[in-house]
Amino acid sequence: MSLDKATVAGIASLARIRVGEEELEDLAGELSKILDFVEQLEEVDTENVEAMASVAAMELRRRADEVTEGDQRDKILANAPEATAGFFTVPKVVE
Amino acid sequence: MAALTHLSLAEARDGLRKKAFSAEELVAAHVQAVEAARGLNAIITETPEAALAAAKASDARLAKGEGRALEGIPVTVKDLFCTEGIRTTAASRILDRFVPPYESTVTAKLWDAGAVPMGKTNLDEFAMGSSTTTSHFGPTENPWRREGDNRPLVAGGSSGGSAAAVAAGLCLGATGTDTGGSIRQPAAFCGVVGLKPTYGRCSRWGIVAFASSLDQAGPFARSVRDAAILLGAMAGFDPKDSTSADVPVPDFEAALGQGVRGLKIGIPKEYQADGMAEEVTALWEQGKVWLKDAGAEIVDVSLPHTRYALPAYYIIAPAEASSNLARYDGVRYGLRVAGEDLNDMYKKTRAEGFGREVRRRILIGAYVLSAGYYDAYYLKAQKVRTLIARDFEEAFGKVDVLLTPTTPTPAFPIGEKEDDPVAMYLNDVFTVPASLAGLPGVSVPAGLSADGLPLGLQLIGRAFDEATLLRAAAALEAAAPGIQRGA
Repeated sequence: MSLDKATVAGIASLARIRVGEEELEDLAGELSKILDFVEQLEEVDTENVEAMASVAAMELRRRADEVTEGDQRDKILANAPEATAGFFTVPKVVE
Repeated sequence: MAALTHLSLAEARDGLRKKAFSAEELVAAHVQAVEAARGLNAIITETPEAALAAAKASDARLAKGEGRALEGIPVTVKDLFCTEGIRTTAASRILDRFVPPYESTVTAKLWDAGAVPMGKTNLDEFAMGSSTTTSHFGPTENPWRREGDNRPLVAGGSSGGSAAAVAAGLCLGATGTDTGGSIRQPAAFCGVVGLKPTYGRCSRWGIVAFASSLDQAGPFARSVRDAAILLGAMAGFDPKDSTSADVPVPDFEAALGQGVRGLKIGIPKEYQADGMAEEVTALWEQGKVWLKDAGAEIVDVSLPHTRYALPAYYIIAPAEASSNLARYDGVRYGLRVAGEDLNDMYKKTRAEGFGREVRRRILIGAYVLSAGYYDAYYLKAQKVRTLIARDFEEAFGKVDVLLTPTTPTPAFPIGEKEDDPVAMYLNDVFTVPASLAGLPGVSVPAGLSADGLPLGLQLIGRAFDEATLLRAAAALEAAAPGIQRGA
């Protein structure tokens, strides 16, 4: 599979990563190479094979719906690039 | 007595208990070693004050005869484990000032066992790499050099800093994480023991996530016994990790004495890969002889889907990574780069915060998960993963442990393979299959290449049977010539 520049730009937008026009060509080449490599899998017959959902044969546990580590607002906000009055702040999103 | 930085962890533990030296002396010697070895760039954040304070506390406990399993033992921690109040970067610019308000389960267990924190080790950014060259903080150098060639070599990756720190005597043990080989491959490159436990054996809670269905924490050490001691302290059920296994943790160190007489060792023929160095094949042959001489039976087995493990991995791991790394958005923690609006802020933050290899993997992951491609790539890879796990299941119906090389080549110079992601990925061709099947694997230093570099042999065991794996590893270690780094 060979990816073109427009496709790469589309993926980058989905992944929320800015990619400059000048980088697209190289990136398309690198990603195409990786896709060529992984496409060997087409040779494998997977008819009637279940996709693996969990590598460990285990059931997901449940726990009681209880707060175990509450009241940590200030600790949680301590690493925020911007916080005001006990909230994370972001650029304006509602006009 | 050997220099304090040349002791094994077990020797240091026993020396502390006998009061042959104090924890403060032991730790001070390692603090000096860390300072002297800064050129290796093995450690991102050194914690000498915390180490010396912990050593004093350990001495107080030892004086009262209350020493715990790792009392006073200097260890380093891969900078992917969150450590409360100590910067945790994942070797990424996006987290370069992140100070976790909580402690990972595995490191909490180490400190509860009395271990002394020497620092946070370097790695490939977000553990994505096989060379520790994608770190935002620069590459780690392997303490080893080729004979007659002074070029600095990679330490392997992604846990290259931990492997180098253990090899260079900066600590007596270290933690790493292994997603596709990130403990075993650097262990082989640096001439130390590296063990990836069964998926679910060690808690993932508080470890910066890369590929959640594959990530697993494990130890580095200079002997199999030391790795067994560390694993015992790191392992155990944790309700905070939904995939943590609620199974008993055996006494791994005690298991070592049992030897390998009567064990069946499988040799998977598919691990004879194209482009593998001849000396690696020769060492593998030698490994069979060593285990046979120790009383094990050698059995040829087949793992027919081996060659598809790497391509499946390079779909599954980036897919999970693209999802896990969506959290780095410049809002709750980490770098923020201002933009015209919210979307622009996200995009600039992630473009500047992530390095090249991480961006590449996020993009591949986003692509293989995107509408119209999910079935062809991700679902197909998860089906192949089922077949790979089945291969192992069948083999383990006939044998107890598998023996393979750890890597196709020894360490290579820093800067090589940088332009070709696929060539770099091939480093992990022998380690990825066990990762996809969730099985435990260990790399044991077993010999030297023609130009004097360490080579490792890998043993793979049944799920949750690290005890048998370690028995076989101890037998290999006992038979292999001890490898010594030139001064």
